[in-house]
Amino acid sequence: MALKSAMAVTGVILVLFLIAHMYGNLMVFGGQEVFDNYAHHLRELGEPMLPHEGALWIIRVVLLASVLIHAYAAFTLWARARRARAATGVRRYQSTQNKKGVQRSYASFTMRWGGVIVILFVVYHLLHFTTNHIAPGGASDSPYQRVVNGFEIWWVVLSYLIAMLAVGLHLRHGIWSATQTLGQNKAGRQRGLNVIATAIAAVITVGFLVPPFSIFFGLVG
Amino acid sequence: MNITLRVWRQKGKDDEGRMVSYQVEDVSQDMSFLEMLDVLNEKLTVAGEDPIAFDHDCREGICGACGVVINGIAHGPEVTTTCQLHMRSFKDGDTIDVEPWRAKAFPVIKDLVVDRGSLDRIIQAGGYISAPTGTAPDAHAVPVPKTDADRAFDAATCIGCGACVAACPNASGMLFTAAKVTHLGMLPQGQPERAARVVKMVNQHDEEDFGGCTNIGECAAVCPKGIPLDTISQLNKDLLGSLASGKM
Repeated sequence: MALKSAMAVTGVILVLFLIAHMYGNLMVFGGQEVFDNYAHHLRELGEPMLPHEGALWIIRVVLLASVLIHAYAAFTLWARARRARAATGVRRYQSTQNKKGVQRSYASFTMRWGGVIVILFVVYHLLHFTTNHIAPGGASDSPYQRVVNGFEIWWVVLSYLIAMLAVGLHLRHGIWSATQTLGQNKAGRQRGLNVIATAIAAVITVGFLVPPFSIFFGLVG
Repeated sequence: MNITLRVWRQKGKDDEGRMVSYQVEDVSQDMSFLEMLDVLNEKLTVAGEDPIAFDHDCREGICGACGVVINGIAHGPEVTTTCQLHMRSFKDGDTIDVEPWRAKAFPVIKDLVVDRGSLDRIIQAGGYISAPTGTAPDAHAVPVPKTDADRAFDAATCIGCGACVAACPNASGMLFTAAKVTHLGMLPQGQPERAARVVKMVNQHDEEDFGGCTNIGECAAVCPKGIPLDTISQLNKDLLGSLASGKM
């Protein structure tokens, strides 16, 4: 039970991070100077109260802890559900009719594998832009240049498109699910909460996809 | 109408079990699903075969004894209990798959009969109020707001059939547990044990090997009594409040 609350709370932290991250990404429309300054300011955030990169490392530790707790809870609940279903062989029910359930959404039954796709993407994404170990289109010291170099290549854009759609679906069900797990749903609110979850998921997905596509089609850079 | 039934046959809890096909002819549209099984069972008995075992009692949709998965949906295509499902919901020539509730917490006893004792043990863990018995007090001695009474009654209609568990992709018993928690939690008589109740019932739920709720909503969609999904939210709110206040 504590697992689900942990799932919801860490999920909320990660959604808030995504919104901040999306805001940062949109700085790319301000050009190289604005974007690079923003990236540089992240390192100076909290100075002189905090040491150089202090705030950044606090955020990184919180995010890493959130991801680990979120994933641990997910795997534990996944294993528990697997046992609880008591499927014989591969399938729980032998009937091939109504395999998609009565009303469940695509987002709700792709939560687990979708989550795995997202975590693999995060590793790839960090190697790409943070450490620059993967540098399609050429490495650079300028964050702006890294972004522009990467997103001029079609398969990089495609990989980010797939990942962002996975994130969007994950958020669509995840945000709604968190409100229910944290006890905030009521019959009269249920529709509204679902609309809000869809809206936040859509805004985040589109917000993250606008910069790569703008670069790819030559509107930026 | 003539139909083909594919039924899960399993001799006992240690038997592996398998789907077996039967032809059922001259089925009337006005038969209930269970009456159709009765007809088939009479034929099987006359032929010297073992009839299909299935649970049933009132056949009025109020006891919660019957319940099978029909064509992959708990209680079949209509939102009602299996006994209140009629053959008019099917077409001539249909193939109908009939399987037992499938969950670790509901071991199959025979054919379509499962042991739902795990639900009883959740109730025993806290789904009650402790009150001195004796003469019933006047019904209007303790005022209850109408909205609270309505919500309590709506939740109290849960008949414990187990369809929520059978339909849940995680085989979670949260809707059942939430219905009991909501039913008692909305009424003044349920208040003294409210904080302890939710913790005990959820602990028992987890011990019985039910899965965790991921808010997919299949449970509420198949519930013959229409227990709303937001009761699970109310359970979670009570649970978090109880854990935070330490009043367990």
